[in-house]
Amino acid sequence: MEGGNGGSCSSMEKVMGNYGDQPHVLAVDDNLIDRKLVEKLLKNSSCKVTTAENGLKALEYLGLGVDGRNKLDTNVSKVNLIITDYCMPGMTGYELLKKIKESSIMKEVPVVIMSYENIPTRITKCLEEGAQMFMLKPLKQSDVKKLRAFVGFKLSTQGYRIQKFCGKPTDCKVGLQWPYVLCRTITFHMRDTLAQHELQPAIANPTKALCR
Amino acid sequence: MDGLVQFQRQLVDYTASLFHEGFLDEQFNQLQQLQDESNPDFVVEVVSLFFEDSERLLNELAKSLDQQSVDFKRIDAHVHQLKGSSSSIGAQRVQKVCIAFRNYCDEQNTEGCLKCLQQVKHEYSLVKTKLETLFKLEQQVLAAGGSIPLPI
Repeated sequence: MEGGNGGSCSSMEKVMGNYGDQPHVLAVDDNLIDRKLVEKLLKNSSCKVTTAENGLKALEYLGLGVDGRNKLDTNVSKVNLIITDYCMPGMTGYELLKKIKESSIMKEVPVVIMSYENIPTRITKCLEEGAQMFMLKPLKQSDVKKLRAFVGFKLSTQGYRIQKFCGKPTDCKVGLQWPYVLCRTITFHMRDTLAQHELQPAIANPTKALCR
Repeated sequence: MDGLVQFQRQLVDYTASLFHEGFLDEQFNQLQQLQDESNPDFVVEVVSLFFEDSERLLNELAKSLDQQSVDFKRIDAHVHQLKGSSSSIGAQRVQKVCIAFRNYCDEQNTEGCLKCLQQVKHEYSLVKTKLETLFKLEQQVLAAGGSIPLPI
């Protein structure tokens, strides 16, 4: 592994080795048909899938009690990605995202939000709260392939390219979620230098934006 | 062999007509592409779920609109579900009516909602019949020893 951050590299590699090629995804959606669809899409991309029909059940599965107390013997270490619908009764996807990011044990797990509605303020709100990506429904195989590229660790080239762009390797926090944290760092960096209309496409495809 | 070719032809033509007439859209192709040996009945399964779920929602909608005091929020929630499911399987015409339906909900327009309910019931029953016919044609092809052509 090239680049600075020697110490962090080893902890990252240790965590990277955990799930090999079959990431475990937790998919949350109140719509039965959509749950079935996302499950199949993910399975077709070699993911292990658990579904939940609402935010509360998702939190329960993750071992995050609604009262905020974290149970020790949980599914936490097993989940590599959470993908959730935005519009759900009771707890919205956004509220679920917040709860996950507030938790000390789950906050590093990437969360992807999906929605039928393409509302820019909704999208930025989710990204700012820490969502990794926002996807429009109905999902297609190509969307999930994008996700899969996220979760699969293709660190070396992507990481290096991003480091070069940043110019400051220490800005990139290395850890389990390194590829994702890097993407967010880039997102925030780009926010300062890109024009308003360039922002959304850059967030959607940071690697492409970097290859300018 | 002739029989098989004929059945395959029927299937291809029928499928094309469903797309042409707007009953189905690209999303249905996505569903078909997801079907594989590990899950050979995927499309039928998802579509069956859609039928069950839609019928439940349509009943709820009828009940809600029949109340003395109409709960538009509840109705909107149901239509949102129906719009979502129909969009996910590619039932384009049902989805379109749902969009209009939601607008009437926003305006708290009972008459408009009732009209849309009738329309959506109609479109739903049409697409249900079409899909059931499509599956029957597929069965014919399979029974004659053929396989279902993948969408382009």
